[in-house]
Formats: sequence, C-alpha cells, structure tokens
Amino acid sequence: MIAVKPLLEVDDLTVDYDADAGAVRAVDQVSLQVAPGEFIGIVGESGCGKSTLLYAIARLLSAPATIAGGSVRLKGRDLLAMDEEALREIRWRDYSLVMQSAMNALNPVLTVGAQLRDTIDAHDAIPKEESPNRSAALLRMVGIDPVHLKSYPHQLSGGMRQRAMIAMALVFTPELVIMDEPTSALDVVAQRSLMLQIKELQRRIGFAAIFVTHDMSLVSHFSDRLAVMYAGQIVELGKTRDLFDDPKHPYTRALMQSFPSISGPKATLQGIPGSPPDLAHPPAGCRFAPRCPLVEPRFRVEPPAMVAIGSTLVRCHLYGRDH
Amino acid sequence: MAATIKQQPILQTVGLTRHFRVGSLLSRRYLHAVDDVNLTIGGGQVVALVGESGSGKSTIARLLALIYRPTAGEIFFKGQRLSERRSRRDVLEYHGRVPMVFQDPYSSLNPVYPASHALMRALKLHQPELSHPARRRAAEEILASVGLTPPATFLTKYPHELSGGQRQRIGFAVALACSPELILADEPVSMLDVSVRIGILNLMAELRRLKSVSILYITHDIASARYVADQLLVMYAGHVVESGPAEDVLAHPKHPYTQLLLSAVPDPRAPLTSMPAADVGEPPRVVDPGEGCRFRWRCPYAIDVCSTDTPRLRELRPSHTAACHVATSDMETARA
Ligand SMILES: Nc1ncnc2c1ncn2[C@@H]1O[C@H](COP(=O)(O)OP(=O)(O)OP(=O)(O)O)[C@@H](O)[C@H]1O
Ligand SMILES: Nc1ncnc2c1ncn2[C@@H]1O[C@H](COP(=O)(O)OP(=O)(O)OP(=O)(O)O)[C@@H](O)[C@H]1O
Ligand SMILES: [Mg+2]
Ligand SMILES: [Mg+2]
Repeated sequence: MIAVKPLLEVDDLTVDYDADAGAVRAVDQVSLQVAPGEFIGIVGESGCGKSTLLYAIARLLSAPATIAGGSVRLKGRDLLAMDEEALREIRWRDYSLVMQSAMNALNPVLTVGAQLRDTIDAHDAIPKEESPNRSAALLRMVGIDPVHLKSYPHQLSGGMRQRAMIAMALVFTPELVIMDEPTSALDVVAQRSLMLQIKELQRRIGFAAIFVTHDMSLVSHFSDRLAVMYAGQIVELGKTRDLFDDPKHPYTRALMQSFPSISGPKATLQGIPGSPPDLAHPPAGCRFAPRCPLVEPRFRVEPPAMVAIGSTLVRCHLYGRDH
Repeated sequence: MAATIKQQPILQTVGLTRHFRVGSLLSRRYLHAVDDVNLTIGGGQVVALVGESGSGKSTIARLLALIYRPTAGEIFFKGQRLSERRSRRDVLEYHGRVPMVFQDPYSSLNPVYPASHALMRALKLHQPELSHPARRRAAEEILASVGLTPPATFLTKYPHELSGGQRQRIGFAVALACSPELILADEPVSMLDVSVRIGILNLMAELRRLKSVSILYITHDIASARYVADQLLVMYAGHVVESGPAEDVLAHPKHPYTQLLLSAVPDPRAPLTSMPAADVGEPPRVVDPGEGCRFRWRCPYAIDVCSTDTPRLRELRPSHTAACHVATSDMETARA
C-alpha cells in the first residue's frame, strides 16, 4: 500500500522496567511506521510510557529497562541488534533526540557557544572557521540572542535551554528527529515561530519527526498523523485531522473534550474521571475499562485487538467485529 | 478594622529589579532580567504570570524565594521588608510559608534519595506535631491529591524511576507539605496532559477556597490561567507590560504583545486551517537595553516616542493597566 519504504519501522515493541515488586510494562506491543518526511505526534497521559517508547527507539534505555520483545528498524537496519559503536556512528547523523529533560541536558561547565561548536566541529561537512557563524545563526533561528554564546546554561531561562537543545538536534540535519515535549517551556508565540522554522527546514531537507507533546494545538497544526497512548499501548493511530474531527477511542474523545478555552463560557474544568492505571498491575481486559463511560462487562475481561476503520487504527471493543 | 487587615497583601514588590552581568569577565554589559516590577498578591489570591520565554518570570519567582537578591527595589511579606529577613531561621521559616515549585523537575529532585524524601522532610520540618504514622498518611494523601496513585508505590520510587510529569507533581506535592500561605509555582503543570493538569488546577482552586492559600502561577498555558487566576500579569523582556483582572485582560488585551500572544493561542477544537502569518520576531534586546519600549522592534504600531521613552503602566480600563504609548484608554473614550 505505502508507496515509499518507511524510514522507521517499529513492530510489537515491548519494554519492561524490572523491579523487586514485579516488572512495570511501560511499553506494550507498540507498532508504528514513519515515512520519510512525515511528522508524527504522540499524546497520552502522564506516565503512560511515551518517553520510554522514544528512548527505546533511540536505543537510549539503560537498566533496569529491558526490551522484552519486538523490533526497531531505521532505513531497514535493525537498531536493536546494533552494538554501541555502530550506534554512535548513526546517532546524531541519521537520527537525533531532544530529551524531555532538555532543560537539564546541557553541560553546566561549558558555555552554550562551546557546546554548539563541539557539536558542529564533530561534523566534517562544515569548515571549522565557519562554525562560530553557524552557532550564532543556529541560536538566532531558535530565537535566542547570540550574546548568549558566552553564557553558561544556568544563565539561560528554561525555555532558552530547551531551544538550545533543539538547535543542537538540528545541527546535523538527520533523517529522523525524535523530540520529547520539545516546547513545554515556551510561550505560544515562540513555540509557533520555532515550529514554523522546523517545518521550513523540514521542507528544505526533508527529515521526519516523532514528537511527544501535551499541547493539542501543536499537534493539530504540525503533525501528519497522531498516535494516542494509554497505559503503555497505542489505543488510536490515524491522520491527525481524522482524530480531531472524529475521535474513535473513548479515551481520545475524553481527551479532546477536556481542553480549556480562552474564550466562551467558563465551564467547570473536568478531567477524565478515575485515576491513571498502575502499570505494575494493569487492569485485565481493556486498560481503559475502569474509566470508560461505554464499558460493558466483557470489556473488563478480554483485551481488545487493534481494529482498522478506514485509515485509523483503534484498540477498542466497540469497533470489534463481534460488536 | 478587620477589613483593612484582610486587605493587606501577603506579598508586594516595589520597583523590583534584577540585572545580571553578561559576556566576558571584565565586560560591563548588563542583562536586564527584571526591571521595575510592582506586583501585589493578596491573601487567597491567584496571580498568573505569563509572557515571553526569557522575559524574567522565573527570575521574579527566584527573587521572591530569596534565591536571588534584587539589584534594586524591595519585597514586602505581610508588610515586612524581606531584606531584613536574613537570618537562617527567618529564611527557613519563610521558605515554609512561601515554598517554590521549580520549573525544571529534572534538576530539582535529589537523585540519591527516594522522590518522597523531600516530601517527608518538608512535613517533618513544617508540621513537626505529626507522629511518624500520621506523617506517612499525610504524605500519601498529598501524593494522591496530585494524582500519583497508588500513593504507597510513589513513596518508595527514586527520581529516575519517575516520568517527567510525575516528577513535576512531586515538586508540587512538596510545596503542599509545607502548609504554605503562598506558593510560588513556576510552570507547575507544563509536563502534564490536560486531564492530570486539570486535576492540579482544581487542587489549586481548592487550596485557595478552603485554606486561603495564595498562588503565583507562572505558566505558558493561558487558557488555564483564565480558569484559576484572579489577576493576570503579562511580561515582555523584563517588564510587566500589562496587568489586570484575568478575564478583562483576556477579553480586552491592550498591549500589542498581549494581543500577539493571545492571537497565537490556537483553539485545538477549531477546524484545522493553515497557520496565521507567523511572527518570527527577533529576540528582544535586554542587554543594556536603554530607554524606549522593548517591544518596538516587533510592534506594528510603533511611533517615534516608543524609541525614546519607556512606557509606564497606565490604567486603560478599570484596574487594568498596560505599558504602551499607543494603546488607547476605554475610559477616555467613554468620557469623550
Ligand atoms: N526506572 C524505572 N523503574 C520503574 N518504573 C519506571 C522507571 N522509569 C519509568 N518508570 C515508569 O514507567 C512509566 C512510563 O514512564 P515514561 O517516562 O515513559 O512516561 P511518559 O509517558 O513519558 O510520562 P510523562 O508525560 O509524565 O513524561 C511511568 O509510570 C514510570 O513511573
Ligand atoms: N543566573 C543568571 N545569570 C545571568 N543571566 C540570567 C540568570 N538567570 C536568568 N538570566 C537571564 O535573565 C533573563 C530572564 O530569565 P528567566 O529565567 O527569568 O526567564 P523566564 O521568563 O522564566 O523564561 P522561560 O519561560 O523560558 O522559563 C534571560 O535572558 C536569562 O538569560
Ligand atoms: Mg515523558
Ligand atoms: Mg522560567
């Protein structure tokens, strides 16, 4: 069906955190394909496994996390089978990652300029004497006054540190950029202009991106497809427009209805009733069943399978064949 | 009499200013992180502080938390000068009454202790009357109130075993454990999905209603500010450029930056249309900025006086002020 070969193929990926009290399955049989140049957004409740999924794809998990199953292929190469050395070669060049902890990820004893220069110099394609200009241009691109090339990380605001990390992830213009809540510390104007810059770069160079965010307006304007995660699983995956216009999974629907608005009547804010599941002891059957307004007794026992409705995939009994 | 006591603000700043020296060791260039901020937080009031990234919001919170000393200006806590509170005991006591929730949950938790360590310590320090089992119960209650369930499992987890949003909520939980009068909350919900976020916002509303806790709520989520805040302050490049009742500022933004900011808040439920023309502005100049409005380079309405005189906050609607030479007063229009 898909004409172009996918850039990234994630199949049945499963990740456990081993603990004395029993394993926490943070990612459970996640499958996802990313086409070259495609932007995919991932949303979901705090603690549902989004960062763990991105880390697993980028091969950055460390103990006690173990990959319990599945595969990750980038341009056809099996990432999970690669050793550290092979990974080092393609990390930053083929794919880069902006971590959720980006605000805290810069080296505290080096200036921002020195860190940008180190990153740029590691890239053969750019003559050394050009790297200062390039550093200043990168900072300006993400809206930071180049005076801060001489600043240390603690001298930047939270959002400025976050933007500096994004600038670094784009230095190498890799084919896949993985971003974990890249704009959580930015005001909406800075966020909009940053995302437009990224889109513009993407148009010129053609990289793909996977990004996690809690900001639905960001997703609605910048992702081609959207994956909704709940309790370690993808529960809905489809074109962003379809998910906004006609959300299928009751969790997706509840999520879309929760957003406060800056205009109109001020109704009481209502989150999704019930508490987030304990991943060490996930509910049997459908994981959303304890909070689902449309639950039926059977759903609490049988886990739902992924069902295709048009181009949308949804993990919900309501759409099952025998329903 | 009772009324006047009630009206005394819990916290007030007068001309609060903080500059940082930047560039090389010998340079005499100063970054104006916060300039001449007059802020008043009443008892049981929620004041939202929004604005550009890098405009000085965290710096204000840090000044109020006694982490930075002001370059100029004064902070009054219940009428008392904070610059006089400098003994260790005084400062500790102040931190208990005015705890701060830090913006970055990745650098604010000590990795060598379970994440609940700070929570238990705050309870011990600020509510010493609790017995050990009572303290544990209190900790579990607080964890559950920020949506960390089941709370018993979160008592034993280490920071590296928590997701970003879970760490962030630990930070808020620690502030709750202090039995606070005013919480300085620096982006306390930035890493939370909307449903969990609403839980924290409702918790803030409840704290205010039941315990008269005041909150300085720094956020980029303007829609959420509308729901919890009485007052809204908008910052740009170290200045408060607009302030007033939250609903009034959102409905009638006067400063061109506030207007730009609000126009950039898209409604996720609105149909997906193409983006409005972007404002890819230059970063504001806050290093030795000199006189003049700091927004003038990006401002579509700038006139000559904007580059020579720094605009002061003027009342343009009842209790609603903006620092702009061009913005017009509704009150004048009404009178005319
Ligand atoms: N080292 C660990 N040991 C045990 N559990 C862990 C560990 N690291 C993470 N977890 C748990 O795994 C789950 C998934 O964490 P993850 O960081 O992937 O969540 P997330 O979806 O990114 O959440 P957020 O939106 O809050 O960042 C969480 O419930 C977390 O408590
Ligand atoms: N310790 C410091 N030394 C030098 N400059 C600093 C220091 N702390 C902050 N600054 C500067 O002060 C300005 C305001 O920073 P602040 O952290 O208050 O911004 P903010 O409004 O909180 O931004 P964000 O929304 O991105 O968190 C920035 O230009 C920053 O570079
Ligand atoms: Mg995360
Ligand atoms: Mg800040």
